[in-house]
Amino acid sequence: MAINNPIGNLNKIFDSRIRLGVMSILMVNDEVSFNDLKQMLELTDGNLASHLNTLEENGYLKVHKGFIGRKTNTTYQITKAGEKAFKGHLAALESMIRSIE
Amino acid sequence: MTDQQHLNTLSDIKRIMDRSSRYISLSGLSGVCAGISGLVGAAIAHSWIRDYYTRWETSGIFDKQDFNILKIKLTILGLIVMGLALGGGTYFTWRKARKDGLPIWDKTARNVFYSGLIPMVAGAAFIAGMVYNNLEVLVAPACLLFYGLALVNASKYTFGDIKYFGIAQIILGIINVFYLRRGLYFWAFGFGVLHIVYGVMMWWKYERNASAED
Repeated sequence: MAINNPIGNLNKIFDSRIRLGVMSILMVNDEVSFNDLKQMLELTDGNLASHLNTLEENGYLKVHKGFIGRKTNTTYQITKAGEKAFKGHLAALESMIRSIE
Repeated sequence: MTDQQHLNTLSDIKRIMDRSSRYISLSGLSGVCAGISGLVGAAIAHSWIRDYYTRWETSGIFDKQDFNILKIKLTILGLIVMGLALGGGTYFTWRKARKDGLPIWDKTARNVFYSGLIPMVAGAAFIAGMVYNNLEVLVAPACLLFYGLALVNASKYTFGDIKYFGIAQIILGIINVFYLRRGLYFWAFGFGVLHIVYGVMMWWKYERNASAED
């Protein structure tokens, strides 16, 4: 069963398009602020924050809390584990498409 | 999930990666606009410099005041040309961003701006120093060289093609150093002709189909 079931390799956490979007952005950008993520994914504060929490709880991203003047500036960075999980998910997606072709 | 959904997911990921790391609203028409201002500016500068030499030859003596006036006039002309190029460039880029429904000023735009700004500011300060030391002949090659470096630096955050445009400017600037008295021609070729050629190429490659769809 394991041989012909690539679906098993798909990461449940990336079922959400928003979480997948966040990871895509963090894969190609070093450190991204909350506001930039919000702008790029066209989301509301609350919606984005809850997804970021899930990703952080799973150890896929690191959070840096900083300040610009008096304003808080939170930035996010992908972790090694996050990179590995994202790449595994992509590979699983690809192999599923190939298996049909 | 069906296969089509997986394909959609993959293309979504690719699109997000592209959009979040590169500024894609830069318009080829911005380049054309900068090129035209550059050529017009160079033509005006050419006629001023020719008139200045005619006056010098008829009077037979070097007029320091006349030379200083020429210097100030050329500096102002240069600033106006730069203002027009930036203004026109911003307009066409703004137009493209609006049409594509993208923000004109975002993280990628900031990256392009700051990575281009560092060589430009360094170049501007360096060139000001040359003018101060009466090394006017080096101004044109230095403009081309630093502008080329700025383009190469900024190309990481926008269309990769800009890198080759930057390299062309750098080469032109270096050749110019060996033909110092021909600075204005090199300047007109680099800032005028190359901008127009490159702008048209970029427009042809990235925007032609998009505007045909309208």
